[in-house]
Amino acid sequence: MAFPSRTKGLLIETGNIAKFAIDCFTLGIKPRYEVKEFLSQCYLIGYKSLGLVAITAFIIGLVLTMELQPNLTKYGLEYQLPMMVGIAIIREIGPVITALIFAGKVGSSIGAELSSMKVTEQIDAMEVSGTNPVKYLVATRIMACMLMLPVLTIIGDGVSIFGSFVGFNINSSIHLHLFLSEAFQRMSYVDLFPSISKTFFFGFIVGLIGCYKGYGSNTGTRGVGVAANTAVVLSSILIFLVDLLAVQITNFLGLYK
Amino acid sequence: MKMKNHIKADEHDQIDVPAIVVARLRKKFGDRAILDDFSLIVRKDENVVVLGKSGAGKSVLIKCIIGLLTPDSGEIKVLGQSVLGLKHIELDRIRTKIGFLFQGNAIYDSMSIRENLEFPLRRHWFDLSQQEIDAMVTEALENVGLLHTIEMMPSELSGGMLKRVALARTMILKPEIILYDEPTTGLDPVTARDIDNLIVSLHRKYHTAAIIISHDMNCVKNTSDRVVLLLDGKCYAEGSFEEFEQASDENIKQFFE
Repeated sequence: MAFPSRTKGLLIETGNIAKFAIDCFTLGIKPRYEVKEFLSQCYLIGYKSLGLVAITAFIIGLVLTMELQPNLTKYGLEYQLPMMVGIAIIREIGPVITALIFAGKVGSSIGAELSSMKVTEQIDAMEVSGTNPVKYLVATRIMACMLMLPVLTIIGDGVSIFGSFVGFNINSSIHLHLFLSEAFQRMSYVDLFPSISKTFFFGFIVGLIGCYKGYGSNTGTRGVGVAANTAVVLSSILIFLVDLLAVQITNFLGLYK
Repeated sequence: MKMKNHIKADEHDQIDVPAIVVARLRKKFGDRAILDDFSLIVRKDENVVVLGKSGAGKSVLIKCIIGLLTPDSGEIKVLGQSVLGLKHIELDRIRTKIGFLFQGNAIYDSMSIRENLEFPLRRHWFDLSQQEIDAMVTEALENVGLLHTIEMMPSELSGGMLKRVALARTMILKPEIILYDEPTTGLDPVTARDIDNLIVSLHRKYHTAAIIISHDMNCVKNTSDRVVLLLDGKCYAEGSFEEFEQASDENIKQFFE
C-alpha cells in the first residue's frame, strides 16, 4: 500500500530532521570545540531574551492573579491564591510560556539568520575557510538554546510569582515573605525537577528546528521569511507535544503529590 | 584558437604539474546536465577566464573544484592532488591553497572587516600570534587600498568596497590558486575596472593561477591570459581574447555584440 503523499512528505521531513540532529550531535561532541561562538550565542540567545521573558512573565503572573482573585474571594479562598498561582507557574505556565516566547524570538531569529547566510553564500564561504558550518553555526546555537532556556525559565518563574504578588496587592494586602511562603508551602524540589527538565528539551526543539529550517533554506530571499515563520510554527507545535508527553511521564512516575 | 569537444586526458601528462586539471566532468541537476564531459587545464601563473551565458554552469564548475559541490563523474586535480572523495580535513588542507571570491562577496555581516579577514587565518592556521594576524590583515587591506575600513562593519561599505574586502579576504591565506565568481557583476564600469586592475596586480605580485568566471567582456579583456567558452556543458572553444574577438563563430561573436 502506497503512503499518501503528505504522509510520505511528513515522514521524509521527520527523517531529515532526525539525521540533521544526529549530524549536529556527532560534530558537536568532536574537538575542536567552538567555545567562543558558543559563549557568544549564550549571550545573544540568553541575555538578549531576558528582558522580553521578564516582562511577559511579570504580566502573566499579574494577570493570572487579577483574574483569579475575585472568584476565589467570592468563595473565601483568597488565601489559597499564592499556592495555586505558584504551582501553576512553576509546573506548567512558566516553562511553556517561556518556551513559546523563546521560540518566537530566538527560533525565528536563528531561522532567518542562517537562511540569510545561506542565500548570501556566507555558509559556503565559511566552509571554504576551513570551518564546518554545522559544527560552528548549528551545534553551538542548539547547545546555547538548551542551556539558556532553563535559565530563562527559572528567572521567568521568579518574576512571574513577583508579578502575582504585585497583582494580589492591588485589591488586597499581603507581605512578600508571607506570599512566598504560601506560594511554596505545597511545593518541593520534585515539582521543580520535571518542569525544568522539560525546558532542556524545549530548548533543543527551538534550536534544532530554527537551525534546520534556516540551514535547509534554499529559495532566495523569500526563503528567509519562510524559514523564520516555519521555525516558529513547528517549534511551537512540538513544544506542546513534548509538554503533553512530559505530563504523561510525570503522572506515570507519580512525581507530583 | 582551438574548437573542441573536450581536452584529451593524455594532454594532462604533457604539462608540468598544472595548477588545476578538470577532466570529463559531469554534473546534473535533476535531468539537466549542467556540465557534460567538461575538461580544462589551468597552468601555474595563468589567468583563465571561463566565459559563458547565465546558467551555463560556470559557477558550478568552480564550486566543484573547491568541493562545495560534488560532480557526478569526472576528475578534478588541484596542484596534482585529486580533490574528489577526500575527507573533510584533507579537503580543508587543499582549500588553504585555493582562494574563492564569491559573486555576492559573502562577507560575514555580523563581523567587522577585521574579523572577516581574521576568520580564515584563525580557522586554517592555529599557531599564529595576534601580531602576525594583525600584520597579515593589514597587508591584505593595504593591497586593496582599504586599510581605513578595518574597524568598520560591512553595512558601512559600498558594493565596490565590499568586493575589494572580499578580494582581500580571498588573498589573505596567500593561495596559489584563486577562483573568481563573476568579480565585476553588479559594479559600475569604473569600479569594475578597479577590480580588474586589482586582479591583475595581485596576479603579478603573488603569481597565482586563477579561473575567472565572467561574461563581462571588459573584465575578460583586462584579466585573461586565456579564454575558455563553456557551452552546453562542454568546453566549446579556447584561445586568447584577441582570437575570440576575431572569431567568426556565431556562438562566440554574440558575446562581443
